[in-house]
Amino acid sequence: MSTATAKTEPEDVQLAAPDQERLSALLVGQERPPRPSALSASMAFGWRAMLKIKHVPEQLFDVTAFPIMLVLMYTYLFGGALAGSTEEYIQFLLPGIMVMSVVMITMYSGIAVNTDIAKGVFDRFRTLPIWRPAPMVGYLLGDVLRYLLAAVVMLGVGMIIGFRPEGGVLGVLAGIALLIVFSFAFSWIWTMFGLLLRSEKSVMGVSMMVIFPLTFLSNVFVDPKTMPGWLQAFVNNSPVTHLATAVRELIAGNWPAADILWTLGWSGVLMAVFGAVTMRLYNRK
Amino acid sequence: MSTELAIETTGLVKVFGDNRAVDGIDLAVPTGTVYGVLGPNGAGKTTAVRMLATLLRPDGGSARIFGKDVVKDADAVRSRVSLTGQYASVDEDLTGAENLVLLGRLLGHAKPAARDRAEQLLDGFGLSEAAGKQVKNYSGGMRRRIDIAASILNTPDVLFLDEPTTGLDPRSRNQVWDIVRAVVAHGTTVLLTTQYLDEADQLASRIAVIDQGKVIAEGTKGELKASVGAGTVHLRLRDADQRAEAQQVLALALNADVQLDADPVALTARVDGQSTEQGAAEQAGRALAELARCGITVDNFSLGQPSLDEVFLALTDKKGVAA
Repeated sequence: MSTATAKTEPEDVQLAAPDQERLSALLVGQERPPRPSALSASMAFGWRAMLKIKHVPEQLFDVTAFPIMLVLMYTYLFGGALAGSTEEYIQFLLPGIMVMSVVMITMYSGIAVNTDIAKGVFDRFRTLPIWRPAPMVGYLLGDVLRYLLAAVVMLGVGMIIGFRPEGGVLGVLAGIALLIVFSFAFSWIWTMFGLLLRSEKSVMGVSMMVIFPLTFLSNVFVDPKTMPGWLQAFVNNSPVTHLATAVRELIAGNWPAADILWTLGWSGVLMAVFGAVTMRLYNRK
Repeated sequence: MSTELAIETTGLVKVFGDNRAVDGIDLAVPTGTVYGVLGPNGAGKTTAVRMLATLLRPDGGSARIFGKDVVKDADAVRSRVSLTGQYASVDEDLTGAENLVLLGRLLGHAKPAARDRAEQLLDGFGLSEAAGKQVKNYSGGMRRRIDIAASILNTPDVLFLDEPTTGLDPRSRNQVWDIVRAVVAHGTTVLLTTQYLDEADQLASRIAVIDQGKVIAEGTKGELKASVGAGTVHLRLRDADQRAEAQQVLALALNADVQLDADPVALTARVDGQSTEQGAAEQAGRALAELARCGITVDNFSLGQPSLDEVFLALTDKKGVAA
């Protein structure tokens, strides 16, 4: 059959008809490359996450403006009351608020997964002969960049208003590295919810329910000593408390071995449990 | 043997709650052909295709692509199939070129090779000018093209096209058809789902008609059409009061069921051109003459191919035609 009907009208000249000969040439004689390694497939998805940031830079709002707001708000709101002065308080608060903000930001991973599923592109990825967790790992690799950005922005703002990291460059790098390792592991909770729940709104709702108590019931804002015993029991064993302590001490130039181990332990457990559940849901979807 | 089956399903079942979306489908698709799966919305076409493309796990029965089971050997199946879904299966936030480069890399091409391939595909599909635009700004026809381009990045052995032209204007539809023909000419087996008889007619060599999760007819185009009748007569009368009489006259002249349409002056009848000596047009002509003799004024008359509605009505009436 010929395409006699396909005469070009002036209004849609921009879309040329596909060229039959060139089309045919595209289909012959191409060798199939071997399937990519787990790493290169994950990196390709990480690249996709970067491209999305490039095309929709507004999505960086939550890792720039939001953390700045938190630092300023809590420093000036609580500083005088809790520590006598804002200068004193920022020394205590900044590493903690950095932990809290980055852990909060992780929940956007779940929303990203959820919105992607609603679109057809997920089907395409799932029919590719690639390492199964690669799309998820790719998301989280992109998110790691966002966490890093948030941490750096907060540190910058903190230093402008008087924060002084005693641990120097090395301490700061170690602290941020630990924070990012934990956040990567923690994000698997959200990829799970992203796959489990039906709408973006419900992912958001559940995330809030988990993240608010978990981050506030910690030693981010105050020393737990003044809390009632039952609350201390929770706060002192919360992964966020271990993480906040470890990051705070690292940045201050100390080596909090126990808290680092606790944090890495929690990271391993979170990743093993929620990574496995995520992949199960992903394969079953 | 050249009779190797590209796709084979036996008693395929998928249940969603109380709804048996796919209820025991058997298909056998020979390598190198276009197989049409025809059915209305909700017939189970998409669900069946999603099981074949390893996206959904069957609840019963089995499906094999070139002998590989879609559940047990999912990875082997994935390396040979591509799916173009009803919704663009590309990332709308990325540009056309970025999408193709991403998929090229995921299929194992090194970055420069992926870039070359993306450029060739965009060129071949007439999308070069839109290469740098985000897919969300593409028109429906352009989306469908980038989607098919993504599906043939590595020429697949089996290509699933799930309603590839739903919602497209006639020209874009013709262009998609041309692309499908080019793909098939290179030996790819295509399984095409569609709601349009016309589309199945244009592209497919064999067709399965599904309704409510079951195959209600299967065969070549000729077999299927013969089972429905050669054509359909649509009539519009001048006077609605004459419709009952016209119905009787037509039923007698055509020896067929005559349906009364929603429009009070319209009637529809099937003409079975195969079972008598006369062709469909001749039969219809005689029926018209008969109406005129009875003094019934006909304002408008047309004889057309059976529509999908009519194919369905006919098939669900008769139940199980050419096997």
